[in-house]
Formats: sequence, C-alpha cells, structure tokens
Amino acid sequence: MDISFPNRISWLSGVAVIGLLTAGCGQDPIPEPALSAASESPVTGDTYVEASLGDPSRLNPLLASDSASGSVNSYVFNGLVKYDRDLKLVGDLAESWDVRRNGLEIVFHLRSNVKWHDGAPFTADDVVFTYERLVDPKVMTPYGSDFALVKSVTALDDHTVRVEYKEPFAPALESWGIGMVPRHVFVGKDFNTHPANRAPIGTGPYRFVQLKTDEKTVLAANPDYFEGRPYIDRVIVRVIPDSSVQFLEMRNQSIDTMGLRPDQYRAYDAFFMNHRKFRYPSFSYTFFGFNLTRPMFHDVRVRRALAMALDKREIIDGVLMGYGRSATGPFPPSSWAFDPTVPEVPFDPGRAKALLAEAGWGDTDGDGVLDKNGSPFAFTVITNQGNKMREQTALILQAHLARVGVRVDIRVLEWSSFIHDFVDKGNFDALILGWNLGRDPDQYLIWHSSQRGEGRYNFVGYDNPETDRLWEQGRRTFDLDQRRAVYQKIHRLLAEDMPYIFLYYPESLPVVHRRFQNVETAPAGIGWNFREWFVPWSLQRYRLAS
Amino acid sequence: MGAFLFRRFALTLVTLLGITLMTFLVMRIAPGGLTAGTTDLSARVSAHEQRKKFAALYDLDKPWYVQYGRWLKRLSRLDFGRSFKDDRPVLEKISERLPNTLLLNVLSLGLVFFVAVPLGILAAVKQNTVWDRAVSALVFIGFSAPTFWLALMLMMLFGVTLGWLPLSGLHALNADELSATSSVLDMARHLVLPVLISAFAGLAGLSRFVRNGLLEVVRQDYVRTARAKGLPESRVIFRHALRNALIPVVTLLGLSLPDLIGGGFIFETIFAFPGMGRLGFDAVMARDFPVVMGVGTIAAFLTLAGNLLADVTYALVDPRIRLAGKHR
Repeated sequence: MDISFPNRISWLSGVAVIGLLTAGCGQDPIPEPALSAASESPVTGDTYVEASLGDPSRLNPLLASDSASGSVNSYVFNGLVKYDRDLKLVGDLAESWDVRRNGLEIVFHLRSNVKWHDGAPFTADDVVFTYERLVDPKVMTPYGSDFALVKSVTALDDHTVRVEYKEPFAPALESWGIGMVPRHVFVGKDFNTHPANRAPIGTGPYRFVQLKTDEKTVLAANPDYFEGRPYIDRVIVRVIPDSSVQFLEMRNQSIDTMGLRPDQYRAYDAFFMNHRKFRYPSFSYTFFGFNLTRPMFHDVRVRRALAMALDKREIIDGVLMGYGRSATGPFPPSSWAFDPTVPEVPFDPGRAKALLAEAGWGDTDGDGVLDKNGSPFAFTVITNQGNKMREQTALILQAHLARVGVRVDIRVLEWSSFIHDFVDKGNFDALILGWNLGRDPDQYLIWHSSQRGEGRYNFVGYDNPETDRLWEQGRRTFDLDQRRAVYQKIHRLLAEDMPYIFLYYPESLPVVHRRFQNVETAPAGIGWNFREWFVPWSLQRYRLAS
Repeated sequence: MGAFLFRRFALTLVTLLGITLMTFLVMRIAPGGLTAGTTDLSARVSAHEQRKKFAALYDLDKPWYVQYGRWLKRLSRLDFGRSFKDDRPVLEKISERLPNTLLLNVLSLGLVFFVAVPLGILAAVKQNTVWDRAVSALVFIGFSAPTFWLALMLMMLFGVTLGWLPLSGLHALNADELSATSSVLDMARHLVLPVLISAFAGLAGLSRFVRNGLLEVVRQDYVRTARAKGLPESRVIFRHALRNALIPVVTLLGLSLPDLIGGGFIFETIFAFPGMGRLGFDAVMARDFPVVMGVGTIAAFLTLAGNLLADVTYALVDPRIRLAGKHR
C-alpha cells in the first residue's frame, strides 16, 4: 500500500490548483441572495446534508472523540449546560444552577419536561449515571480528567442534582456540557460495547434513524424536543473522505454545508452560486513548539531570536491565504481571556542575529550555519502527515531560519507514530502542531509542570513556577473579572518566555446552502440556532415520501 | 490428483498461518500505536488516558506471543475479534464492505476481460500497424494516468458540467425510499464512473498479455501447419492460436481473485466508496489490529485459494502438465 507517491502528486497538484484558482479571481463578494423569504414565517420540512471526512466511531458522547461522531452527537444529545451565541454558559438540560460554598458545590435544577427519544423521562438519576461512567476505570472515555476533582454527585430529588468538588474548579460548569446518556438503556450492560453506541438514544432536537457505515447517518426532527420541534425535518451526515470531492459535491448541491480550506474559499464565484460563505475565528491555534529539555533552546534569547527571524505574515498570507491572524499567545482573540495589548514579536532578522550572537552563537567556520563550541545550530522540526498547512508552515520556517544561519530539517510523520513515538516520548527537537481549545481558557493540562511526562500534554517540558501558580489560581477563581486578569497575565508571560512560537489562529470557513434561512454568525460561529433554521416551502429540495 | 490436492492444501494452510504471523509481527514492530482518526489534539480530551484503558482491555499490554496465541484461538472459532475503533465484530465490518468491493471488482474485471482480450487480439493480428500502436497508446495512458486525477476529471465532466452521473457514494440519499428497480438503476448510475476508471487502469496488463501470448503462439509449428492447410486466417487465429494463447490468462484470472476483494484506498476515497480498501487502510493508520488481521487473513486466504485454483485448473486444461509424480 504505497501511498506516498500519489500523495506527493496530490500535494503538487493541490498547489497548482491553488495558483490557478487564485490567479484570475479578484475575490469579489457574491451578492446576497435576493430572497423575499426572509420575511416569510418559518415552515417545517427539508433535509440538511452535512459532509464529514470520516466515519463516526461511536455515537456516544462519553466515548467518542472524533469529529464525525461529535457532529452527530451534537444533534442527538444535550448537556446540562451549553454555550449561547455570545459564548455565555446557559442552561440546557438544567434550567438553572447555584454555585455554593465558593465553588465547592454546584446544584443543578433540571428541566422537568424532558423525555428521552424512547419516551422515558430524563431525571437526576441519568446525570448521576453519566458521571459514574465518566469516572469508571472500565469505561473508555477520554473525558475523565474534567471530573477527577469531583467528590460526589448526588440526586437530591428527581430534578435536582448536587455536585461536590474536592477543591474549587472554575472550568467545572463547562465540563457539564458533556452529553447526558440514558441510565435505563445502559444500566447493567457493558457500556463500551452496548448496541446503543451505534443507535443512540438522547434528549436532543434530532432522533437517530439510521447509520450506514462509511456512507451516512440519518437523523429526524424530534417532535417532543423540550425547546420545540426544529423546522428542518432531517439531518444527514454523509461520509465523503476527500475534501476536493466534497467541494464538487457542494457545487452540485448534493451537500448543504462543509468546512472549506483557504484555497477552496477563494475559488471561482461559480462554485458558490448556491451557497453562502461564512468566516469566523476558530477556537484553535497552530504553534511551533521547542523541546525545552534540549540545551540549545534553554536560552530565552535564542527562542526569541528564532521568533524574530520568522516572518509570520508570509505564513498567514501564503498558507492561510489571509484567513487567519497572527497568534500572540495561547488564547484565541474571541476568548474573554485574550489580552489584546500583548505585543506581536516584531519580524527583525537583524535583531535576531544580534540576539543569537549575544547567546554565543556565531558562524566561526564560515559555512553559513551558526555554531557554538564546535556544534552547529541545526535541528529537526517534526509535524504530522496529512495537514498541508503545517507542512507548508514548516517549509517557510525552514527558509526564514536559514537566513539567520539556523539549519532546520523537516520530518513529516504519519500521525500514529508522530504521536506515540515522538510527541508522547518527548523524542523531538521542535514540532509544528495545533491545539483545539475549549471555550473555557483553562489550559492547565498543556502548561503546568505536573503535566510533563510520557503521553501528557506538556510535551515541550515547560516548567515555570510562576505560570504554574497562575494556572492553579485560574482554576480556583470563579469571578470572571478576576479570572480574566489571571489569564491575561499568563498570556503576557508566555508571550515573553516563548515556550512556543505562537504562529496563527486559523479561521473556520464554512458554507451553507442559500435556501436555509436564519443562518447567523455570532461569536459562537454558525449553527448555534440551528433549531430556528428553516427553508421556505417553495425552496425545499427534499420532500419526505411519507 | 487426490494426493496432489491434499499436499497443496496442507501447504496452503501452513503458508496461511505463516502470513498471519508475519502480519501480526509487522503490525507490532511498526512504530506508533492505537490512535483515533483525527489528527488534531484537543486540550480537553485526554486521549492518552483512553489509550491506556484500551491497552488493558484488549490485552495490548501482554507479550506478543500471548496476544497472537489468543488471536489464533479465537480464529479457530472463526472469531476475528472486535474493531478497536467502534467495537464492532471485524467480520461484520468486513461483510458490510465485501459485497460492495466484490460488485465493483467483478464488474470491472468483467469489463477488462471483455475489452482487453479483443484489444490484445487486434494488436497482435495487426502487429506493428497503426492499430497496434493506437491500442498500446490507449492502454498505457490508462495504466499511467493517476487514478485520482482521472477520477476527478471525469467527475467534473460527467458529474458537474454535464450533470449526467452522481459524483460519489454508492446510493442516492433517498435510496431507502426507492422501489427495487429504481434502486438498482440508482446503484448502476453510481457505479458507472468507478467501474470505468478501475477497468481503464486494468486494461494495459491483460491486453499486452493477450497480444504477446498470441504473437508467440502464432509462431508455433501447429499454427504454421494450420495455415499451410489453407485455413482462413480467422479460423487459424480463433480456433487454433487463441485457445492456446489464452491458457496463461487462466493463471491471470486465478491471480486476480484476491484483487476482487482488495480495494484501492485512493480510488475508494475519491468516490466515497464504502469498500475494503478504505477499511484496511484506515485500520492500518489507526493501528486497529483486529481489523488489520482480519482483512489480511481473508486477503491471504483468497490469494492462496486463487493460486490453488489456478494450479488445479492448469492441471485440467493444459495437457503439458501431468501430475502423478512426474516432473513438473
């Protein structure tokens, strides 16, 4: 199974296509659809067809970590809380909650009118059951760490749940956004292998209808949804494993939505005759991380010099085609923890060279590569296969660092061995990778010195008592303004200390078919009000046979 | 014949066992380990924790020979285990895709034979003419053009520009609501491009094989005799030469048996075709050992069965091969 050759080709042709698509088009904004429908009152009907690159693995919000499962689960399940359009936590299955004893106790008051898709009532026992599975060592959930600080979860009555914490934990509330699973379905049976993981029963706006492996998942509107029936009759998630084919399927109106790559976003207008384009910042960032246990990266002046030698504009313009912005720290600009006053590292190769010289690096043998005590300043940066943007970023970085006399080799590794044999084991000089972030700014797992060690997320080996203390404080502080102050301090400290060169915050670039009304971008992106989307009768594409 | 069959069968079993052992060891030696399909890290998801639980639950922390022993024991009951990815029985996952892949490959193999044999004959009979060159050019274009590129181009043409055919997948979205006839028609429409493209790529091998086989046979004495008898050229070619020239094609047929269940990963990815290639490839990438072993074992089994079948057929159709202890 030699795929390296075709892969290479597809990369090259990808570049050619990028060139082709961008050469002629001046990126004219497409006029908005002249629909009189906006004033029309919502009607039910039609189908919303999504595309996913992969096949969902487990339709159980506790077990799944792939995006395909996540996208289906978000229609079928509800958490106790959710984020609204402005990224504020509001009640979902919980009507309200009280935080007591300085955050050591949260009492959730559950809605009383919620029914599982099989008709059974949703009660506090389901919440207790969900919690017990999250901390059950036999259950293969990756979400246990959020609940490690929970002391107990008790059902006070059918619709009241008390959660006690061993110590105050500010991200706690967000963690209860995880989908609740039905006790009566799973109780007494093996949670990991239960058939309901392929035919889920939830409380959400859509009921599960059918899953055809590697083809599609079909969901139907839940008429008994506690917030009211959604207008769109069906949601279908189609598996189309190739992004270019997804793009053609979009052009053919066979799919109603997809996430675009920057080069696709800039394609001819003809591609978007029937779809509206959206762009908004995503909750993620891409970084260049130093292995801080390597002596050559010990000196902060060296890390700073490398950051100054790198012209990030070229990455943003060349790799993201402008659909993203330069990163200054670990919080994205749409997070409340982001500090807009943290300065950018200036692009200044001259200053970079000076800093390197200050740190003892000079080109004594005249070979164009800096050296110190006889060893050259050369290292290997690794990144994973399958992410062209990271590979291209590595190439730009290599070229820019070469100009200040640093030799960088690039190694692109298949994901599984990249994670297991290199990242988990700290077996690298430097890497390019990205973080998907939660809405809560807590990144204790990434930065705290206790999180070093095999398989943990502080794989760069960052050890700073000051930020350690701040991350701990951030987890204990419930007051939003005080918490913001803590994280803004962290933002500034990390920007100065540079355990990573924070490269960029990419944007989400989705399209949605124009027939859907009420699609609205907000800080939460699109889709936060999906229940209110509808298609005017005359524009509906899919009609149910029965 | 009985003894021959028995010996070949026993040998096949030993080979099969050896192949499973090799597959098992290669997967163990390969770098990396169990991972989810997503190539992103999420700050709130501790995949490492999940993997550790996984390892314990699936005996991955035991020495390899213990694991292999248990796998063999299960295999003796025809139990291929459960996939790490979604915990479904491996056999179930394979049986979902095998029919799709078989359908595609049987159609495309059929088309290949249907087109390649006449093309080969044409090229041989009209050796060194413009016909021969045209056929060569055509089949080599098919052989050399990257499938994914060709597929995308044809998809653009027939799917987007002309709008005659669906782009990808195997069924329409409303396939469940269609009547039996329209459902067959729908599948046929979805199969046109995949079958055409995979057949186009396969033309070269077989047509060259037929051409060269025929050219060789045509030089034989008995063909000269046939011509000397004054038989018409068509009778010489089709009655005398072709039948012998086609004998090696039988071997080729036997050897293509495993191809029938093997799917091309890139091909299936482009057409969003739910086949064996993607199953196997994704399993390898995610280090989903039970699926890799299952797919590997079944592929090995069919390859060996194909070889066995080809051997036996040879013995039956080729008078030059005598069994009963004589030299081969």
